[in-house]
Amino acid sequence: MNAATSRNLTIAFFVLLTFGALAPMAFGSARFPQWLEVVIGGLMSGVLYALVAIGLVLIFKASGVFNFAQGAMVLFAALTLVRVMEKLPFALALVVTLAAMVALAWLVERLVLRPLVNQEPIVLFMATLGVAYFIDGFGQLVWGSDIYTLDIGMPKEPKILLEGTFEGGILVSTEDVIAAVMAGLLVAVLALFFQKTGTGRALRAVADDHQAAQSIGIPLNRIWVIVWSVAGLVALVSGVIWGSKLGVQFSLQLIALKALPVVILGGFTSMPGAIIGGLIIGLGEKVSEVYLGPYLGGGIENWFAYVLALIFLLFRPEGLFGERHIDRV
Amino acid sequence: MNLRDAEPATVARRVGDVILAVEGVSLAFGGVKALTDVSFDVREHEVRAIIGPNGAGKSSMLNVINGVYRPQAGQITYRGTKRSAMEPHIAARAGIARTFQSLALFKGMSVLDNMLAGRTLLMKSNIFLQALRIGPALAEETEHRKRVEDIIDFLEIQHVRKTPVGRLPYGLQKRVDLGRALAAEPKVLLLDEPMAGMNVEEKQDMCRFILDVNDEFGTTIVLIEHDMGVVMDLSDRVVVLDYGRKIADGTPDEVRANQAVIDAYLGVKH
Ligand SMILES: Nc1ncnc2c1ncn2[C@@H]1O[C@H](COP(=O)(O)OP(=O)(O)OP(=O)(O)O)[C@@H](O)[C@H]1O
Ligand SMILES: [Mg+2]
Repeated sequence: MNAATSRNLTIAFFVLLTFGALAPMAFGSARFPQWLEVVIGGLMSGVLYALVAIGLVLIFKASGVFNFAQGAMVLFAALTLVRVMEKLPFALALVVTLAAMVALAWLVERLVLRPLVNQEPIVLFMATLGVAYFIDGFGQLVWGSDIYTLDIGMPKEPKILLEGTFEGGILVSTEDVIAAVMAGLLVAVLALFFQKTGTGRALRAVADDHQAAQSIGIPLNRIWVIVWSVAGLVALVSGVIWGSKLGVQFSLQLIALKALPVVILGGFTSMPGAIIGGLIIGLGEKVSEVYLGPYLGGGIENWFAYVLALIFLLFRPEGLFGERHIDRV
Repeated sequence: MNLRDAEPATVARRVGDVILAVEGVSLAFGGVKALTDVSFDVREHEVRAIIGPNGAGKSSMLNVINGVYRPQAGQITYRGTKRSAMEPHIAARAGIARTFQSLALFKGMSVLDNMLAGRTLLMKSNIFLQALRIGPALAEETEHRKRVEDIIDFLEIQHVRKTPVGRLPYGLQKRVDLGRALAAEPKVLLLDEPMAGMNVEEKQDMCRFILDVNDEFGTTIVLIEHDMGVVMDLSDRVVVLDYGRKIADGTPDEVRANQAVIDAYLGVKH
C-alpha cells in the first residue's frame, strides 16, 4: 500500500465516521439535543479510554514493550489512593500514591526490564502479564478487595445547558466535564514535558532509536524508570477519574482493556493516535449503542471497539497514525 | 590531492600522548570470532584510521570502544582508566562520541532537535525549570541553541534545520549524524564509514568537515573507511584488520607497502 492509498483510506475512514455520527440526525430518528447529549457523553468516555491508551503508547515507544499491566496499574493507583485517603488528606494521599507508582516503576525496571534486556518482545509482553498479576495480588493483599468509594468532591448532579436554545436543554454530566478537563490538562503537561525539556527530548530520542540514544549518553535504564513513572502518573489520573465515577473495584481493570483497541486504531507509536483513537471509540460505541442498539439487540457498547480494532488489524495493522514497521533494537 | 600537507600546522594539530588504548581485545558472537587479540593505541589530536576488508571486525572494534559490545578478553584504557569493558553512557560521559555505519538518527525529530539531543549530557538545569523556561534554564537553553546553530552553520545545513531528519536525503543524514556527535563537544570522535554511499562531491565535503573538526577543535578522530584515497589523505596512522586480527599498523605509506595488507586486499579492490 503506497502513501497515497493509505492517505485516501484514512480520509475515507473519517468521512465514514462523520457520516455514521451524523446519520441519526439525517434519518430523523433523533432529536438534536438528545443526539448532542449522546455525542458529548461518547467523547467524554473516549477521553478516559485515551488516557489509559496514552500510558500504553508511552511505554511501547520507550521500551518496545506492550504493557499488559497498564490496567492493573490503574486499579492499583486508585486502590492505593482510596486507602491512603482514609488516613491522610487528599493532596497528601495523592503525593503518597505517586511515590508508590514511582517505586513500582523502579521495581519493574530492576526486576523485569533489566534482566530481560534484548529479549524478544513476546518475552517482555509475557513478563508484563506477570507484572499485572503481581500488582493485582499485591494490591489486594495490602489494600483489601472490597469496593471502595473514592470521593474527591466531584459534583454528581448533571447540569442542564442551552436551556434557552432547545426545549428542555441538554443534560451534561458535570463530573464528566471535570474529568475531561483534568485529562486535557494532563495531556498538555505531558506534551510540554516531551517537547520543551531536555529529558523529554531524551525520551523522544530513546523512542526513535535505542542505540543512537545510548551513544549520546542517555542511560536507557533511567529512561525506563522515568517512562514507567509517567505511565504510573497517567494510571493514577485515570484511576482517580474512573474510581470516583464507578467506585474503586476490580472491574476498573476491565475498562482499561478498552485501551487495547484504542491503540490498535490509533497506532502503537502515536500519542495523538491514542487520543484520537480514544475519542473515536468512545463516540462510536455510544452513538451506535443508542441509535443502532434497538435494531441489533443492544450491547453494542461491549463489542464495538473490538470489532473496529479487528477490522483495523486486518486492513491497516499500523493503525491510523502508527509507523509501518515496529522494530526493537 | 593531499589535504593534510596543505594545512598549516596549528597547536591543536600537534599529536599528543596516548589517549585511548585497546589491549588484547577478543570478541566472539557464538562461533564467529569478530576480533582476536587486537591491540592498538590512539594519540590525542590524531586521525587514526581502521581499515580492512568486509567483515574484518572494524565496526565491532568501534562498538567495543564505546561499549555497545563487551569483549570476552582484553582491556580498554581511556584517559588513564583501564576497563575490561565500556558502557555506552559512560563512554559518552567521558567524551567519546560516535556515528554509526547504518545511520542511527532520531528520524522523527528535526535536525535541530537531533543536535540538541546530542547535548543531553551537557544540560544541567532541572526539568521543571526547563519546561517553564525560567531563570538559569532559559540562559542555558539559549546557550545550547547557539552552540548547535554554530555546528549547523559549520556543516552547511541551515536550510534544513527544522526538517525531520527522516525526510532528508542520505548524504545530509550522514552530515546530521556527524553534527549530533559534534554537538556533544567530544574529545574523541568515532566515525564508522562516514562517507559510505556518497558521491564524489559529498565525499569531498565530508573530508573537509572531518579535517576542520580535527584542526579547529583538536578532536581526536578514529575513522573507519573503505575508500583508500580518503584514508591516505586524512589519517596520521592506520590499523589494518583482517578476519578479526590486526595485520598491520603504521603510517599510510608504511601500511600501503606492507605485504600482508596487499595480500589481504588482493582481489578486493577499493
Ligand atoms: N551483533 C552481531 N551478531 C553476530 N555477529 C556479528 C555481530 N556484529 C558483527 N558480527 C560478525 O562479526 C564479524 C565482523 O563484523 P563487523 O561488522 O565488525 O565487520 P566490519 O569490518 O565492520 O565489516 P564491514 O566493512 O562490512 O562494515 C562479521 O563476521 C559479522 O558477521
Ligand atoms: Mg562495519
